[in-house]
Amino acid sequence: MIFKVSTPIPKDIPLELPLPEWLLVTLLIVAFLAHIIFINLMLGGSIITLWAQIKGLKNKEYDTFAHEVAKTITVNKSMAVVLGVAPLLCINTLYTIYFYSANALTGFAWILIIPLVTVSFLLTYLHKYTWDALAESRRVHIGIIAAATGIFLFIPLIFLTNVNLMMFPEKWGTVRGFIDALLLPNVFPRYFEFLGACITITGVFLVGYHKRKRYRVEEKYTTLTRDEIIKLGYNIAFIGLGLQILFGIIVVFTLPSKGYGYDVLLSVILAGAMLVVAAFYTWKSMVASPKNRIYYGKIVTFVLIYLLIYGGSRQMYRHNALNKHQSLVVAKTKEFQKLSEDARLHPVVETVEADTTLGEFALGEALFKKNCSSCHKEKEKLVGPPMTEMVSIYKDDQEGLKAWIKAPGKKRPDYPQMPAFGSLTDQEREELAKFILNINSK
Amino acid sequence: MDFPLFHLDWLNNRFLIAVIAILHVLINHGLAVGFIPYITWLEYKGVKKAPSNQITDFEWDNFIYKKMKVAFIITTTIGAMTGVGIWFSAALISPTSIGSLIRVFFWAWFIEWIVFVTEVVLILIYFLTWKNANKSLHSKMRHIRFGWFLAIFSWITMALIVAILGFMMDPGNWNNDHSLMTGVFNPIYLPQLLFRTPTAMLVGGVYGLTLAFFFARKNKKLLKRSVKLSSKWILFWAPLSLFAAFNYWNVLPEAMIENMSTAVGTMDFQEYYDILKIVIIVAISSVLILALFGVFTPSKIKMWMVIIPCFFVFGFLGMFERVREFIRKPYVIGGYMYSNLLRVEDYPLYKKDGILKHATYATTSEITEENKIEAGRDVFMLTCSRCHTAKGVNSITYVFERMYGFGKPLDVASVAGYIPNMHMGRTYMPPFPGNEKELDALAHFIKSLQTSGESVEGAQTKGVKINQVNSVEQFKNRL
Repeated sequence: MIFKVSTPIPKDIPLELPLPEWLLVTLLIVAFLAHIIFINLMLGGSIITLWAQIKGLKNKEYDTFAHEVAKTITVNKSMAVVLGVAPLLCINTLYTIYFYSANALTGFAWILIIPLVTVSFLLTYLHKYTWDALAESRRVHIGIIAAATGIFLFIPLIFLTNVNLMMFPEKWGTVRGFIDALLLPNVFPRYFEFLGACITITGVFLVGYHKRKRYRVEEKYTTLTRDEIIKLGYNIAFIGLGLQILFGIIVVFTLPSKGYGYDVLLSVILAGAMLVVAAFYTWKSMVASPKNRIYYGKIVTFVLIYLLIYGGSRQMYRHNALNKHQSLVVAKTKEFQKLSEDARLHPVVETVEADTTLGEFALGEALFKKNCSSCHKEKEKLVGPPMTEMVSIYKDDQEGLKAWIKAPGKKRPDYPQMPAFGSLTDQEREELAKFILNINSK
Repeated sequence: MDFPLFHLDWLNNRFLIAVIAILHVLINHGLAVGFIPYITWLEYKGVKKAPSNQITDFEWDNFIYKKMKVAFIITTTIGAMTGVGIWFSAALISPTSIGSLIRVFFWAWFIEWIVFVTEVVLILIYFLTWKNANKSLHSKMRHIRFGWFLAIFSWITMALIVAILGFMMDPGNWNNDHSLMTGVFNPIYLPQLLFRTPTAMLVGGVYGLTLAFFFARKNKKLLKRSVKLSSKWILFWAPLSLFAAFNYWNVLPEAMIENMSTAVGTMDFQEYYDILKIVIIVAISSVLILALFGVFTPSKIKMWMVIIPCFFVFGFLGMFERVREFIRKPYVIGGYMYSNLLRVEDYPLYKKDGILKHATYATTSEITEENKIEAGRDVFMLTCSRCHTAKGVNSITYVFERMYGFGKPLDVASVAGYIPNMHMGRTYMPPFPGNEKELDALAHFIKSLQTSGESVEGAQTKGVKINQVNSVEQFKNRL
């Protein structure tokens, strides 16, 4: 039994949820969807830029393509961050104890997100604004976007680790730092599925971006045509969809059974079906002649439906996983509030134990021990002056001493300020002063 | 009590929040709230002073664009991320208080988020379309209009967040009715907003003036005009800032002293309060003097003369935030939750049962002779660790040795005698929440630190030990 680690039941914050739970859940799913699309575009865009720029070392046209994609990263990253605030707010409100517990247990990695993301953002600007200045040292320039992409690739692991750990309170007692939590089952399959989604969304975005009539392909490229770039976009999306389907299947089998249910399984299969349909239309667009690449609207629709169902399935899983624990937390919180209320109504009365052998000074002595002795001794200075000094000042002025105890001033520059003992009754101060002033005759 | 506790045992937890928050304020006030209207105004000045056949003075316009580029890059990277960082760090260090605030201010934060999104969209439009907008006067004027919109939204984000800050210092009537609106319109809100607004403008102007020396170093004409206009901007806002600073300074004690139980608290406060007054006067008047010279003899201004007031302003804002943090003690949410994250109304229960019994994470809930030091460490973690370390900045041994003498062995009885009374002498300290046994364990632990020099690890490295009393298994049996 020594090695048995149990499941904690913390108390919740004893304040009402500010809005109905269903609304909070809806907001969380929708707001998260908006956030993750821009994250996909930011990360997918960086990967594609890196790839295209390396390819651009040999073929200048791809360097131009990389530049065009790079310009979107800095915009998408700003949107990604600001759109992340709402889902963060929602998850903090809905799962306060679960989310914050996971944050603390992976604390260093969690707070590292801030400087890491800042650095990678600065790198993307550096990369964007040195495009011409570093034309002669392309490898250095590629190094900048490679560094930014490397950081971008790491950050989602921290988030995934947190949203995963929060669903398993039974693991909280066993986790020692971020790496432990990262290695819990479920993190990596979901991570690779997510990377696939980044590629898919970016591919779909690039098709739409280059389809716009206002976008002047001829002014930017010499040999690459609009259709070739669009086809490239479809190719990218297809690769992404393939990765998603592959890792999606792995996710289905590796998802811990804790939060599984027919609802989750059904929606995951439905989401997977959407991906398959999207992949089918993407493939048809790839192989069609330029005039017949007409499935863009369908692809966008199926990918969006997929995202919505997938987001919903994750919420279902979370709900199933935490449901029981949450009701225990509610019960625990209630129990505590009841106890707290009882204690408020019947507070502990503090009693002073007097040593009766001391006769008339007994109570004073006890009070002194309790309230004064940590700073005052009989004959030497401790924090404040010794009692003998008090006697020399207040010998014939017991009222003066009582007044000082109630509201002390500050006389000595080299001594710390004495606290006021406003909580003592007048009678108690009387006893205390009597005891102090008679210390020499004791 | 209910969260695993992240803990930095050398740097001190407050340091992490302080670094992130102060950096954020310096960027938010200086490069967003105060800077955007300043830039938009200068952009407009370029159009007004344009040669008759042109939309704007392009040399001037490009120079203003460069200043904006700095603000754009910094606000959308360090600025945005430190804003999120305040949340992240608060979640680690002060989970109970931020969790409570989020419940109260959900809608305020949600509206704040919508304003944020608008602000980001506007800054992207404003900066990224700058060059394209220079094609016609019509599009240039529209661009300037976007600048003003952006300025307004930047200001609203600040106005909302100040409500929450003001609330943390003095919840006003919220403790009685727990509603959002009473929380938002707490007594310190308006004076604080009134102070932050012109001060942000002032700081924006000072930053702008400083940047001019980077981008117009070689162009004397450009530099002279920029110094003159920036100085006018500063001269306009400085008196307002000074006035609002004193107004805020005057309302503070009235609101804060109510929270302080004794005259002694006022004395600790007075020290900060007096320093703040000096800092306000020195910082704002140095900027004022600089601006006066800037208006009348702009070509005499050198870079170093600008850098010095710039640092004064850094110090001023930093000090201001420090005082704001200090005066809300011993509470983290005035009158409701102490800085040790324990609610005021739960104190009688802790006094009766002790805190360990109600802690979700603790090595034990029964203190014995053998586990005294371990239990003391738990008590330290639960009641002291949000502000004190075991061996670093503001360490628990340091604060006792400062009183009882450095290098002398601490006396357990004195330490245990002092702790229950400390909040009366040091009013920024919350009262000790535990029972007699826990007090004794804590005192023994503090003494043991003196000889062992141990550092206390937080949940991020050591993990947590679940208090068996509060585990699913035992709780189910109780139900």
